[in-house]
Amino acid sequence: MSAIQEVVTEAPAVEAVPKKAMTLGYGASLAMLALLIIVPLFVKNFIIFQLTMLLIYALAVLALNILTGGSGQFSLGQSAFYAVGAYTSAILMEHGNINYALTLPVAGIICFAFGFLFGQPALRLSGVYLALATFALATAMPQLLKLGVFEHWTGGVQGLVVTKPDAPFGLPMSQDMWLYYFTLAVTIAIYIFSVNLLKSRSGRAFMAIRDNEIAASAMGIDVALYKTLAFGVSAGITGVAGGLGAIAVQFVAPDGYTITLAISLFLGMVVGGVGWLPGSIVGSAFIIFVPNIAEGISKGLSGAVFGVLLFLVIFLVPHGARQVAIVAQQLIGKLKKN
Amino acid sequence: MELFTNQVLAGIATGAIYACMALAVVMIYQAIDHLNFAQGEMAMFSTFVSWQLMQWGVPYWGAFVLTLAFSFAGGIVIERLLFKPLAKAPILTNVAGFIALFAIINSVAGLIWDFTIKQYPTPFGSSPFLGSQLISTHQAGMIGVTVLLLILLYFFFQFTRVGLAMRAAASLPESARLVGINTSWMIALGWGMAAAIGSIAGMLIAPVVFLEPNMMGGVLIYGFAAAVLGGLTSPLGAVIGGFLVGVFENLAGTYIPGVGNELKLPIALALIITVLVVKPAGLFGRPIVKRV
Repeated sequence: MSAIQEVVTEAPAVEAVPKKAMTLGYGASLAMLALLIIVPLFVKNFIIFQLTMLLIYALAVLALNILTGGSGQFSLGQSAFYAVGAYTSAILMEHGNINYALTLPVAGIICFAFGFLFGQPALRLSGVYLALATFALATAMPQLLKLGVFEHWTGGVQGLVVTKPDAPFGLPMSQDMWLYYFTLAVTIAIYIFSVNLLKSRSGRAFMAIRDNEIAASAMGIDVALYKTLAFGVSAGITGVAGGLGAIAVQFVAPDGYTITLAISLFLGMVVGGVGWLPGSIVGSAFIIFVPNIAEGISKGLSGAVFGVLLFLVIFLVPHGARQVAIVAQQLIGKLKKN
Repeated sequence: MELFTNQVLAGIATGAIYACMALAVVMIYQAIDHLNFAQGEMAMFSTFVSWQLMQWGVPYWGAFVLTLAFSFAGGIVIERLLFKPLAKAPILTNVAGFIALFAIINSVAGLIWDFTIKQYPTPFGSSPFLGSQLISTHQAGMIGVTVLLLILLYFFFQFTRVGLAMRAAASLPESARLVGINTSWMIALGWGMAAAIGSIAGMLIAPVVFLEPNMMGGVLIYGFAAAVLGGLTSPLGAVIGGFLVGVFENLAGTYIPGVGNELKLPIALALIITVLVVKPAGLFGRPIVKRV
């Protein structure tokens, strides 16, 4: 409308998080790990299943956290990568009779490639535009999965049923419990990988791009390469989470991977604290349990309760669980002094 | 050939809806630099309000005007209460806020009016337009209203003090403040206008897709596609983009084999991504230059 060319000094899409603030200390990590190992021994199978889903979504949120908290890029399209991972695992298991554990790396690699390729056009976009493009991807995914061309493999609208693996070596465990520990092992491996990734040269490159792209490229960072790499890594981890999800739920269908899932993962990241990796599990707990709680408060208004809770988080603790953790840490420090 | 004209006309008619929606999207984007993911739900809620008013016996045009006023006020209230405090927050927080708003409005509408599909009246009638079999009077009315809206907006932004102030506040907020424009209220005004335009889109589209809380989902995505195609900074572009998307959608559905109804949505999305990659500023938008 005006003839003046628009000149914008844009606010950063994501607040900078220092590298050290991204992880937990050793003590806290070990305590968390012990808790995750012990709890399933004392609860019912259904709760074990929920805990498995908690870990799986935590992985997916972690993946988004690397992308957004690490490299400062948005994605509302994680459900698409999750779906590709889930379908890869399901198809390999059901049509290829491949061991479930072996399908996960394949799912990861395929999703890495998919994410890397999608990252190519996404490179040119930032902020809102990237959110839009990924949003489009997530909305299109269920319809693409329903396509007649792939129906032989994907089972079309009906989806595929996946058999749940038994515990190996004759271990005296229920299927659910075995799957939980299997998922836990994968989660820990990926968590350690992610922490190290962010500490590495590549991780520093991600963060430099997040904080100032132009300065980063002036320092000799290949911005295009690292941006797509972040997309690829994030998609790969999401794909592994998707594969695990398919095995845990024993079922894949296009309508399980709608935009709602992508939005949930995004919310999980905001609630857990952007850029704080351990927050992923808090965020994951939020997206699994809060809708249930909301439904408990009011059946008809569950969406509204969910939205209000989200607004409360945004206004009261804008940095999510990270902020709560920092406050708690300070309180404990004070108590110790006294 | 007749099939072709038919499809183009039908495309223009649906395009009018997208154009309206895109116009609302662009209005907010101009005012606050964010895409409002809850825009469709706001429009849906307004449409329900007008439906309720008609159920209470208010005539169509009375309900129409009351709804416009309600939406305008509602848009301002939402901005003042929820999004003004977030003005300095990162984009991420804002997107989360829009999603929260989406969930709240959708759920509240579902609770008040439940999820059953409702008929919605049209003021234009649905007989063939000018004796032609191609478009109905309602579709013609929709196109007319959209064009009228665009002309009004053009005059508003080009020739009124407030319109000028809004443009100034959007393009150079600091300089605008220096010449005495209350930029904060200009943003609120932008929200109000976007909500009102959205409600017009909702009321026009409701006779076609029927009234229910999830009616805007698909429309909003096409609205986004239209806004992106036309350029997020240009209201005229948004309207032209809307018509183009409508025509493109219909032609692709008719002529490309294998693209039935099930692939219409991915087509719109492919369009979004193609435009963003090839010409991110859209057909009529200005490229954004960033200061280092």
